[in-house]
Amino acid sequence: MMATPEALPVVVYRKQRNAELGLCLLASLFGIGGYLTTHLNRGDTLTVTSVLICVGWLALCIGAHLVVRVKCAYADPVILPCVLALNGLGLAMIHRIDIGFEPPMDAVTMQLVWTVLGVGLFALILIYLRDYRVLEGFPYVLFLVGMVLLLLPLVPGLASPRNVENGSQIWIEVFGYSFQPAEIAKIVLTLAFASYLTANRDLLQLAGRRVLGFHLPRMRDLVPIGVMWAAALLVLVFQNDLGTSMLFFGLFVMMLFVATSQVRWVVIGVGAFAAAALLIGQVAPHVATRISSWLDPFSDYDRNYQIITAQFGMAWGGLFGRGWGMGRPGLTPVASSDFISAAIAEELGLVGLMAIIIVYLLMVARGLRVALTSTVIFGKLLAAGFSFVFALQVFSIIGGVTRLLPLTGLTTPFMSQGGSSLVANWMIVAMLMVISHQARRPATTVGSVDANLSEDETSVIQAQGGAGS
Amino acid sequence: MNKSIRGVAVVTILMFLALLVNATAGYWIRTDELTNDPRNTRVQDEQFGAPRGPILAANTPVASSVETGTRPYANQRQYLDGPLYAPVTGYYSYIFGRSGLESLYNAELVGQADSQFTQRIVDTLSGRTAQGGQVQTTIQPHAQQAAWDALGDRDGAVVAIDYTTGAVLAWVSRPSYDPSTLASLDFPATQDAWAQLTADPTEPMNDRATKEIFAPGSVFKLVVAAAALNHGYTPQTMIDTPQALPLPGTTITLPNLAACGNTQQSLDNALTLSCNTTFANVGLALGDDVIREQAQAFGFDSAFGGDMASAVSTFPADPDQAQLAMSAIGQFEVAATPLQMAVVAGAIANDGTVMEPYVVSEVRNNNQRVMSSHQPTVVNQAMTPANAATLQEMMTHVVQRGTGTQAQISGLTVGGKTGTAETTPGAASHSWFAGFAAEKNVAVAVYLATDAAGTATPVARAVMEAVS
Repeated sequence: MMATPEALPVVVYRKQRNAELGLCLLASLFGIGGYLTTHLNRGDTLTVTSVLICVGWLALCIGAHLVVRVKCAYADPVILPCVLALNGLGLAMIHRIDIGFEPPMDAVTMQLVWTVLGVGLFALILIYLRDYRVLEGFPYVLFLVGMVLLLLPLVPGLASPRNVENGSQIWIEVFGYSFQPAEIAKIVLTLAFASYLTANRDLLQLAGRRVLGFHLPRMRDLVPIGVMWAAALLVLVFQNDLGTSMLFFGLFVMMLFVATSQVRWVVIGVGAFAAAALLIGQVAPHVATRISSWLDPFSDYDRNYQIITAQFGMAWGGLFGRGWGMGRPGLTPVASSDFISAAIAEELGLVGLMAIIIVYLLMVARGLRVALTSTVIFGKLLAAGFSFVFALQVFSIIGGVTRLLPLTGLTTPFMSQGGSSLVANWMIVAMLMVISHQARRPATTVGSVDANLSEDETSVIQAQGGAGS
Repeated sequence: MNKSIRGVAVVTILMFLALLVNATAGYWIRTDELTNDPRNTRVQDEQFGAPRGPILAANTPVASSVETGTRPYANQRQYLDGPLYAPVTGYYSYIFGRSGLESLYNAELVGQADSQFTQRIVDTLSGRTAQGGQVQTTIQPHAQQAAWDALGDRDGAVVAIDYTTGAVLAWVSRPSYDPSTLASLDFPATQDAWAQLTADPTEPMNDRATKEIFAPGSVFKLVVAAAALNHGYTPQTMIDTPQALPLPGTTITLPNLAACGNTQQSLDNALTLSCNTTFANVGLALGDDVIREQAQAFGFDSAFGGDMASAVSTFPADPDQAQLAMSAIGQFEVAATPLQMAVVAGAIANDGTVMEPYVVSEVRNNNQRVMSSHQPTVVNQAMTPANAATLQEMMTHVVQRGTGTQAQISGLTVGGKTGTAETTPGAASHSWFAGFAAEKNVAVAVYLATDAAGTATPVARAVMEAVS
């Protein structure tokens, strides 16, 4: 049943830019509040510089909003405020950890530079990536690039000395700059998966035969998932990082599921990964060590000093925390990167940590909403993939710090100290905004409505024109 | 596709829910254990740097917290006249923990005791930093200083108590140490100080007054005399007093060190002159059970309650006849703290009533409101008041015309008993004095580790004079 052009379902979205501006102003207060409270609590007097820093941050927040207002007026109004709140809190906490040292460190300046760079890239993407579908064409090239990036830390001579600190091989160092290639790989591989699945979803959905009531895919269709599985296991065994391994394999399986709507891919993927991970846990001693560090860190106090002292800090923080500047998060090694959520829990308490988890949830939920709203297969897959990758990353790292999962070296998105992660995440958010804008803006031509729309009845509202409103 | 995206959303929500539940569960399950872990430096440092209330001797804060103005230790403990009060205050160290009142009254000093609960709530609600309580001791600074000066550089201890209440008025042990060196924030320096103090052969950190037991020698004759009076003896009862008494079952003889003759002496005279063979015979006649019972009535063989946390003084459990004879003159395995001997002298002076010794009279909050105070506690009636009065008089004879004449103070009724105890043959002997000054309600015990007989007596006199 195809409707006549007059009665075509049309989704009308409001821009809600003023709502975004209000939320952005509110969000900017998290960073500013953390910064000012830290200094007030430590008995410092506020200088002109502190005021300038606050004004600067406010300007950056408003600036990011203005780019959205002008270039992506229909984009989701909640995602940017969430990101600004998290980024501001991260900067405030890194600064707070800096000044806890004697003499004070200065990691926050670089982080601020990276933030500005991230917001700049965000703006550039919003301005120049008018149609994200140009990214759709090169699944295999992108896949190869992604794989190389993912496995780069295993190349001898590139591994960063930082790897020793957290026991996983996920950092590389080039010319004295260390970064996590997985953060860039995250974007590249999501693009590759989305492109591949857009092209091949019908085949993956339909081909195959029934064996004992189970719909088995064709062998050749199992190749991509097999390759991803092997790559994930390589990461697990040689990079010794369950988080990264889970991140990419989970991302692929989830996108496969979204593309095909078939649970069998999840069953195959999760089953194969779990079986292999269990086997490796039995066989590889360093993986087994990591698991015992997770289940019983106190069995080896010196080796697990980082996670133990983070636990001490969180216990000391209690329900409401010590307050900004009143805790001692610096006692935990590399507190500003992997363990920034522990620092938050120490100074803002369990309540503060949970609030931040909920902000992440809000951001991910809005991202998935973008996927629902989008009428383009590629856009749906991309938005769902980007959102889920945030979810998985937050789950892995905060789960690791709070001992829900084995500890991983992944960064806490937008909060952890680290430029590669920050810039990559800002780029992802920019793409989400572009997808959202294109999905929500009023259709100019009938032809741009995707043919699959009829299947997606839950996301569309019948236009009220017929009722004569 | 939207259906599967919604499925992903559900999975995502479950993941975040798992994070929230796990963080909450971790908080409930692990917080106590993690907070109490001694390796949790955050908690340790916070407690160490927390303001503690002062420990007072009269109006003098002998231990107090001073603000450092630095992090992470906001306060540091300081001791006024550290070595003088070290056995009382103990030390408060980051690395080596606490001792003395710093340990026993830690909860009160940091304001965490049950009696301070209301104060804590008020402080929290009004946004004030919780203040620790003041611990008021019964120590009289003048008496304490007099005891310290009188001991001089000798190894020994002095305990003075108000025998009507049990309040400890002087509590000195020498050689001593300065707890400030252990409370320093310069941790390597405290480690050096600790290593030096623990390696010091003179053992300056050992509290000789209450934590160590020594053979009391002839001072123990007070206990035997009390047992004798309680079992039908009178001061005039004549007892065989040979110049030397062969110890039953051995080839050893016990000699008299004083001129006690070679016939008989009255119980009164034997105490005045400190005749060994007289008391050995009294001991043999009474039997070890009677003497042990009397010793236990004075506090031997069990710990005093209250806040002294002193070592337990002992009387041998199953001595043979020779050992019993030696025990009756405070030798063999009889061993007592100077505190115990002060309690014995005090109980006799207090008409036979043994008062529990204590050193903290009250704990106040920083507004001077009394949070808890000590009520004098009767431990025992060790003698009948009549027998106690008799023994008091016998003890005054010791000071008037016997071995303790150096304890005489004009205008005061002073009674006492001297003692000399051999530890190992040939080694220098302990010198003791235990006595009382009736008008001042004070009982004093003095112990000197390696001194000539009688040298403890002038120390006791100095302390009795200083007590107000």
